[in-house]
Amino acid sequence: MFKATVIVKRRPKILDPQGKAAEQGAKLLGFNNVSGTRIGKYIEFNIDTNDEKAAEKEVKEYSEKLLSNPIMEDFEYRLEKVK
Amino acid sequence: MKPTFGIVTFPGSNCDYDAYYAVKKILDYEAQFIWHKEKSFNGIDAIILPGGFSYGDYLRTGAIAKFSPIMEHVINFAEKGGIILGICNGFQILLESGLLPGTMQVNESLKFVCKDIYLKVENRDTPFTNKIESDTIKIPIKHGEGNYYTDVKTVTELEKNGQIVFRYASKNGKVSNQFNPNGSISNIAGIMNTRKNVMGLMPHPENACDPVLRKTDGQLIFKSIAQSLFN
Repeated sequence: MFKATVIVKRRPKILDPQGKAAEQGAKLLGFNNVSGTRIGKYIEFNIDTNDEKAAEKEVKEYSEKLLSNPIMEDFEYRLEKVK
Repeated sequence: MKPTFGIVTFPGSNCDYDAYYAVKKILDYEAQFIWHKEKSFNGIDAIILPGGFSYGDYLRTGAIAKFSPIMEHVINFAEKGGIILGICNGFQILLESGLLPGTMQVNESLKFVCKDIYLKVENRDTPFTNKIESDTIKIPIKHGEGNYYTDVKTVTELEKNGQIVFRYASKNGKVSNQFNPNGSISNIAGIMNTRKNVMGLMPHPENACDPVLRKTDGQLIFKSIAQSLFN
């Protein structure tokens, strides 16, 4: 079995209202060195196969078709063999 | 003849009854609900994907609703030229399904906005606007993610093809940032596909139909659809 970890990020050029708001909060708290806050998603799941290529195919398709929106987001993933 | 509107209910839809009420009780058309798990629908002249929070807006607005069994049939209906109106969350579902280009982002203000706004009618030659004579109409918005986004190239295409149907504007039809409630690119409030049979609209025409509310401009959109179906 594999454990997959997917991180979905907004493309750098796309406005991130949540990141912007968090950064305003950071400034209010006095974190003056903070900049470039971007908020994305962290997703983890298991893939029940021992075939690494099959697992990779599945994580990619799942990420492309559902977990991310290809119009404004990119994703990266990590696969880790478990058990 | 009375058109029959099919209103799709997803888990989390909350404007389905508003749409039903507007179409059936106020406008005296036929209307029926279609549960999202249905595998077919018959005798429907136009589909409404209503507003709400399908699947709790999990992941992204509309992202999971696009996999509901009914959506395959909604897409087929669109491909055959059937009229589809996606309102608010319905618009978001149309974007996620690929029936319309672009995507929605959180409002620029990060706030949920609920108020009456004016829309400039940019294209009258559509099944959704043919009964509108005035420059602007007044209907309410109520959304947290209505900040329509697409790349500049797509906006140019939409503009060139007359696919931008409504823009946020002043009462007199002046389009500017000042009248943009959510930060949407080019003040876009509603767009349609190139074939002109599928429209997504962030504002809620069904909430501006009952005369008791003292605003009835929303009726014009449903009347336009009826007009286009039987002429």
